Amino acid sequence: MSHILCAVLLLLATSTGARAQQQSNALEVPLMADLSSHLIAITSRFIGTDVLLFGATDGPGDIVVVVTGPTRDETVRRKERVGPIWLNTDQVTLAAVPSYYRVVSSRPVEEFVPQFLLNREQIGLANIRILTGDENIPPEQLAQFRSALIRLKTSQNLYDQGIGAINMMSNRLFRAELHFPSNVPTGTYLVKVFLFRGGEVASAQIVPLNISKIGVGADIYDFAHNLAPLYGLLAVLLAAGAGWAASAVFRRV
Amino acid sequence: MQIYLPIAELSVNIFLVLGLGGVVGLLSGLFGVGGGFLMTPLLIFIGVPPTVAVGTQAVQIVASSVSGMLAHLRRNNVDFLMGGVLTGGGVIGSAVGVWLFSLLKDTGHIDLTISLGYVVFLGIVGGFMLIESLPGALKKRPVALALAARGPGRHIWMHGLPLKIRFRRSKLYISALLPAGIGFLVGLLVAMMGVGGGFLIVPAMIYLLGMPTQVVIGTSLFQITFVTAVTALLQAMVNQSVDVVLALLLLVIAVVGAQVGAKLSSKIKGEHLRVALASMVLLVAIRLAIGLVIPPGELFSLSTQLESAP
Repeated sequence: MSHILCAVLLLLATSTGARAQQQSNALEVPLMADLSSHLIAITSRFIGTDVLLFGATDGPGDIVVVVTGPTRDETVRRKERVGPIWLNTDQVTLAAVPSYYRVVSSRPVEEFVPQFLLNREQIGLANIRILTGDENIPPEQLAQFRSALIRLKTSQNLYDQGIGAINMMSNRLFRAELHFPSNVPTGTYLVKVFLFRGGEVASAQIVPLNISKIGVGADIYDFAHNLAPLYGLLAVLLAAGAGWAASAVFRRV
Repeated sequence: MQIYLPIAELSVNIFLVLGLGGVVGLLSGLFGVGGGFLMTPLLIFIGVPPTVAVGTQAVQIVASSVSGMLAHLRRNNVDFLMGGVLTGGGVIGSAVGVWLFSLLKDTGHIDLTISLGYVVFLGIVGGFMLIESLPGALKKRPVALALAARGPGRHIWMHGLPLKIRFRRSKLYISALLPAGIGFLVGLLVAMMGVGGGFLIVPAMIYLLGMPTQVVIGTSLFQITFVTAVTALLQAMVNQSVDVVLALLLLVIAVVGAQVGAKLSSKIKGEHLRVALASMVLLVAIRLAIGLVIPPGELFSLSTQLESAP
């Protein structure tokens, strides 16, 4: 059974891998990977989905997959007690924060990747590059807001670091299920696949993934944000029309 | 059955929304109140973001006040000049309110402001209703009438204001600044709290301006219709906080509920219902107040900017 699966995966990898078309022999490339789907369509009934990442290597090594969503500016606020009530007092805006971030590896990345590479490639929740334009924020306060951001994102299922979520088969083939929850932000995602050998990046590949909203709900959202005056006018006219219709109907009753 | 609200970005149970809309509509028909002051906090309780609840309510109030206004127009119960001056003040108030709303949203204080505003207003409204409806607490005389006992004649300061206009339909010769100021306050309330403001404007017209009661309701509905329409438009433009799917669901069921309530109100003796409504209003206020006072489980919160940094 697993042989058949391997064969199918290898076939898939060779036929759809982006680099495979340029290379006549797939095994000359140290790493090849692709996704079962390059587009996630979010409809009004979307409850989250799994995308299969699969690929092949030319020998033993450790695979690390980093998925990052489009970056956004995030404002983190902290509540404090003022008199009897709790209100937001401090706030820090963190620039270019990944809206979604997920790392999967077969074992803890610290065991086989040197720290400078973890920093450079932003592998692991502790190594995401989070910046602020404000120089005046004390480092310890920034660290507090940074860890709050990661905690909140994790609780929303948007950040995750999973160990052992990659299945290796005969040191050549690998597969991993990447989970995207129902609240996943839309945009272009990058799935970076690294092959590590002896503490170095032996090979890396980036596979793009598009997540977009489709359907009536998405159209209404776009309408409300892109043509706001017209949307507002239509909403008011619709309401006035409904009110008029109701009064006309109930006058006759 | 779940339905997705595209602007609130939330799936809710359709029967929950219809149930809430129907009950609030029924109550508004029974007691002649707008219902916005109940609907907005209830929407917040079921998870609709406060900004979307307020913006969407403005649309719903347009629908309910249009049907009321049309009925009064047919009976010629609208003072157009007075309504126009009130609306003028209301539009300015609404613009200021929407601007303040957006400012508070950016600084992270909007949720608190809305909750705090509701604690105060529901506390006052519920308190007055309870006092009025409790047997023995009154000698068949609404509390608000106590204000009227002083009479409009005593308000010397307000008759000294400039820009006096003759309002023929209301049989008044007063400064236009007075109704414009009342309109301004109502506009502010519509924009920031998603209420029509009928509970404020009607007593103000009767006791402060001294308008004849015959034209008060029609004229106030005239003002509320136009001010909420302008507010809904501004909220949609500035804050993108109008959820048309939610508004449609609510207004269809609320309009039906209001008509049923209005028919029932002539048959039911309202004393007990009034106590129940007052208690409900107070409970909502207390629930909101508790939310402000208890230590939150998570001190930090996130808000994502739509524009991504380069």
